[in-house]
Amino acid sequence: MTAPFRQQDLKDSALADTRLTVPGMRCAGCIAKIERGLAEIEGIDAARVNFSAKRVAVRHSPRLDQGDLVEALRHLGFEAQALADNPLGSDDKESKALLRALAVAGFGMMNIMLLSVSVWSGAGGVTRDLFHWLSAIIALPVVAYSGRPFFASAWMALRYGRTNMDVPISIGVLLATGLSVYETFAGDGHAYFDSAVMLLFFLLAGRALDATMRTKTRAGIGALLSKMGKSARVLGRDGGTSEIKAEDLQPGMVMLVASGDALAADGVIEKGRGSLDNSMLTGESDPEHVETGSVVHAGAIALSGPMEVRVTAASSDTVIAEIARLMDEAGQSRSRYTRIADRASRLYAPAVHSLALLAFLGWMLAGAGWYQSLVIAIAVLIITCPCAMGLAVPAAQVVTSGALIKRGLLVKDGSALERLAEVDIAIFDKTGTLTLGEPQADISILGEKQREVALALAQASRHPLSRSLANALQGEGARPAQVEDITEAEGQGLAGTWQGMPVALGRPEEEITGMASLLRIGPAQTIITFADGLRADAKQALAKLAEQGIASRILSGDRQRAVEAVAKALDVPATAEAKPQDKLSLLEDLQSQGRKVLMVGDGINDGPALAAAHASIAPGSASDVSQQAADAVFTGKALMPVALAVAHARRCMTIVRQNFGLAVVYNICAVPLALAGVVTPLIAAIAMSGSSLIVVGNSLRLARVKQ
Amino acid sequence: MSGLLVLIPIALGLGLLGLAMFFWAMRDGQFEDLDGAAQRILIDEEEEE
Repeated sequence: MTAPFRQQDLKDSALADTRLTVPGMRCAGCIAKIERGLAEIEGIDAARVNFSAKRVAVRHSPRLDQGDLVEALRHLGFEAQALADNPLGSDDKESKALLRALAVAGFGMMNIMLLSVSVWSGAGGVTRDLFHWLSAIIALPVVAYSGRPFFASAWMALRYGRTNMDVPISIGVLLATGLSVYETFAGDGHAYFDSAVMLLFFLLAGRALDATMRTKTRAGIGALLSKMGKSARVLGRDGGTSEIKAEDLQPGMVMLVASGDALAADGVIEKGRGSLDNSMLTGESDPEHVETGSVVHAGAIALSGPMEVRVTAASSDTVIAEIARLMDEAGQSRSRYTRIADRASRLYAPAVHSLALLAFLGWMLAGAGWYQSLVIAIAVLIITCPCAMGLAVPAAQVVTSGALIKRGLLVKDGSALERLAEVDIAIFDKTGTLTLGEPQADISILGEKQREVALALAQASRHPLSRSLANALQGEGARPAQVEDITEAEGQGLAGTWQGMPVALGRPEEEITGMASLLRIGPAQTIITFADGLRADAKQALAKLAEQGIASRILSGDRQRAVEAVAKALDVPATAEAKPQDKLSLLEDLQSQGRKVLMVGDGINDGPALAAAHASIAPGSASDVSQQAADAVFTGKALMPVALAVAHARRCMTIVRQNFGLAVVYNICAVPLALAGVVTPLIAAIAMSGSSLIVVGNSLRLARVKQ
Repeated sequence: MSGLLVLIPIALGLGLLGLAMFFWAMRDGQFEDLDGAAQRILIDEEEEE
């Protein structure tokens, strides 16, 4: 597993560490291939794969740079990118802190339970007092350490004059501990240390699961984010080139743009001609032909090149930056969304607290002493402490997002699931969302020999059309022919020799609408056309949404004609030629009518709408801004995960409501006992663990749901 | 009673040992890549010495 020891690397002493993301790894074989393949390369000391995060950490001599490593991985058959910081931030610290607190609570719970069981089974006198003291010694530090996540959150809420689920939890835990300490000193009565620590353990288990799941999905999304367009090769005065970060670009600089590059800044073409894919920026599916003097925008992807672009506006002035500003404003409303657990606790906490107060007053009036009345009031608080309530939501959401990950949908957090369940209308972007967003080669006209030659040529190129053609051919099981002397002329295409005949794959000579390549074998010429096809299951996915009472419509930035064709094929209303502002305002119109909108889109131009929508989903091929703005990201070529997401989210909310129901029923059974003053620590412990286990068991049913 | 004086410290000590081991494992990064750990068991051991 570790790389073989290499003497000469040690001499370089200062080894460098580089982390790369490799989204394509899927199995144990990939891990072995990457780790062993990289370790065999001269200058690489060791490589270690993190499969969950789809990352490779490489220890190598400083002679190698990122480019060499990416190239090495490409040779092994994996697309890789040097790792940028994940802009979604890392929840890693939080989930680690929760796990530590969980471990401490587990330790405390088991040991206190050991002592409590002896007390319940009749240990009395000095032994009981000793066990209570021991329990106190264990419980106090455990509560202080493991309770921090709840105390901190409750304190924050109280300071701003609000209440959340953590307020009743904290009060319950603190009162149970305080009462038990008092009883231990007094040397009689009951100690509830086990209940307090058990409550913390179960609640922390829910929180830790929740945080782990969030870290996992965010790492998954982070691995999808590309580095495209974040830097540019800039032509220096001396004719050399240097790589400059997008934010450091200045107007007047000249960027070199090769095919496949994304533009990092707005500019004017100085030299060269080619075509640009604007689909991320405007939603337009057909490439735009540009030549010297054309104005180009950041975010566009060059399909052919090379071109020299003089920067006219950089970073904060670009069209993209304007969209980012719109997004910031649009995202405000969503942050005000109140999650179901907090809505429940707003009803629950006052009810419980007034019940406890009534119990105290009632027993006082009935003539019990203030001490006994207080003990009973606290018992009411302990027994109603929302252990099951606290688990009701995270348990169901964790199981649901686990089930969705298996179907190719990464949901960012629980709040996203809650909002997804509420949507009643879906708005789809066209390019890249309903369609695949990349040209699909029509290879049906090619014969067997043509396929073999075309594959041999297309494989040799990084041009988007070549790659799409190679993928399509490989998908149909074609094998490359023996083509020799393959050369690639930038902007012209590929040429080679096959069985003594000249063969070529390149631009058609006459201009054709849409995208096409010309395959030449000797004198024979064939035109291969490319079209951006619908996702294969788009119609079924929309039908499934309609089944759930969600109407769909298309809102695209593409031209009327292209949008109409798709709208007709899918039989849904459509709006074409919408600018980012138009998308946003249409969405806000719908929301002001009380509709809950699900926005599904991939482009930079969809960003503001994604941020403003009640819930939003982006495909894994989407631009970084869209993936960051969206609540969920689906991977793969199918659109069905979108429909499944809503179905699963709704099922999840049904289970959550059932869980709340179960917790309330449990309390209704237990509260009379507490009010009657007969709740012993044993009853409290059973009530607490019993209700928690039932809630968790009920949530696990979500994992077994068939689609 | 005298048995308890021996047994309780042992029980607590074992529990603390387990807790300490968990903390060590977490600091050591053993929970960083749980999916990977599940996959790695399938890799054939054909390591060159």
